[in-house]
Amino acid sequence: MKEFKVTPIRNGTVIDHIQMGMALKVLRIIGVKEDISSTVSVLMHVPSKKAGWKDIVKIEDRELDPKELDKIALVSPDATINIIRDYNVAEKFIVEVPNVIKGIMKCSNPSCITNKNEPVEPEFVVESKKPIALRCVYCDRVTSDVSENLI
Amino acid sequence: MSENFKGMDVVSIRDFSREQIEHVLKLAEKMVPIAKGEERSILLEGSVLGSLFYEPSTRTRLSFEAAMSRLGGRTLGFDALGGSSVAKGETLADTIRMVDSYSDIIVLRHPQEGAARLAAHFAKKPILNAGDGAGQHPTQTMLDLFTIKKEKKKIEGNHVAIVGDLKYGRTVHSLSEALAMFGAELTFVAPPTLQMPKEHLKTIESMGTKPKITSSLEESIKTADVLYVTRIQKERFPDPAEYAKVAGMYMIDLNLLKDAKKDLIIMHPLPRVGEIAPEVDATPHAKYFEQAFNGVPVRMALLSLVLGGSK
Repeated sequence: MKEFKVTPIRNGTVIDHIQMGMALKVLRIIGVKEDISSTVSVLMHVPSKKAGWKDIVKIEDRELDPKELDKIALVSPDATINIIRDYNVAEKFIVEVPNVIKGIMKCSNPSCITNKNEPVEPEFVVESKKPIALRCVYCDRVTSDVSENLI
Repeated sequence: MSENFKGMDVVSIRDFSREQIEHVLKLAEKMVPIAKGEERSILLEGSVLGSLFYEPSTRTRLSFEAAMSRLGGRTLGFDALGGSSVAKGETLADTIRMVDSYSDIIVLRHPQEGAARLAAHFAKKPILNAGDGAGQHPTQTMLDLFTIKKEKKKIEGNHVAIVGDLKYGRTVHSLSEALAMFGAELTFVAPPTLQMPKEHLKTIESMGTKPKITSSLEESIKTADVLYVTRIQKERFPDPAEYAKVAGMYMIDLNLLKDAKKDLIIMHPLPRVGEIAPEVDATPHAKYFEQAFNGVPVRMALLSLVLGGSK
């Protein structure tokens, strides 16, 4: 019998093939706080056929919203999302980096007008998906350090 | 062609095609007699320019006002924050929405990068970017191109050496991209700490030009057709020690110019603070005051195209 390090979940989301070391960033994105009522399991440094090593995050009783999926795509573009309903994989897909990023991260340029209390959502055009390169629509600064700038 | 301009925001030189820039330069040439006061025009009579200068400016602000007045229009606005509600903490978005209802076109200078794009987002009327921090300054680029074309008859094929602060200087980023688009040969002269940022170099190279990078002005001056000098701007340096190290490294004087081509022209966006010795002013090389004047016809051309007064 196959031994599971973490038992299967009944309902919820399994984020698989997270780039090694990025699990904690994924946790920050999905927001594991005191007020949640379900279990979140984290596996780090798991052997992977595809990438050598990977991280996995399992969230019970919760499905992610599109903004959260976009953010995960930015920190780990190869992550797969498995939506589990009654122990079965109901949906499975690879996250997708959108062409335009709006309202989920701030500009890395401290002199950018969007960092100055103006009533606008920061917006970026995705210049490259692998590796990630985002150009601010307002100040033109290109940034690849996504996780430090997530809102 | 006019349909391409009417109501257009002028935020970045990248918003323009080569054909559009050439059209602006051609119209600017026709505006010269009006800019000089030799001919009268009422092309923009009844139009109001909202002029918002959040940062000090002499040439850009005055030449926009002169351009509007020469075409029969009027200007309102501020150039000192003390007398406006900006001093009370109003957002740029709110100020823009208000001025948008008072004027037909808005010119904006602001210390934050991306300010003009934000203004364009909130204004229904066209926005003309007169410099946003270390970002873009497209009308300066157009008047620089106009000056080179006027003095050299064409832009293509000229060897342009750009010297000074290439890292923080906003004029040189848009200018070098535009010159690459027009097929000029480029040399960037600066100490390694102030050289052209990599992303700009990449953009320029993607246009099919391979610029020469050097710190030696003496070498570059021998083959240059145009020497574009910029001030090393103290206010853009995060570290005063870095400023002190490089300030005054390049001095254009008669001694340096003895190796230059006879028909070399020297340009500078001004103000200069010691980069060009006053003795150079009297030589036929000096074109920086003509360049400052050229801001008027070029801005006249843009104002009239964007407001729909010209085709």
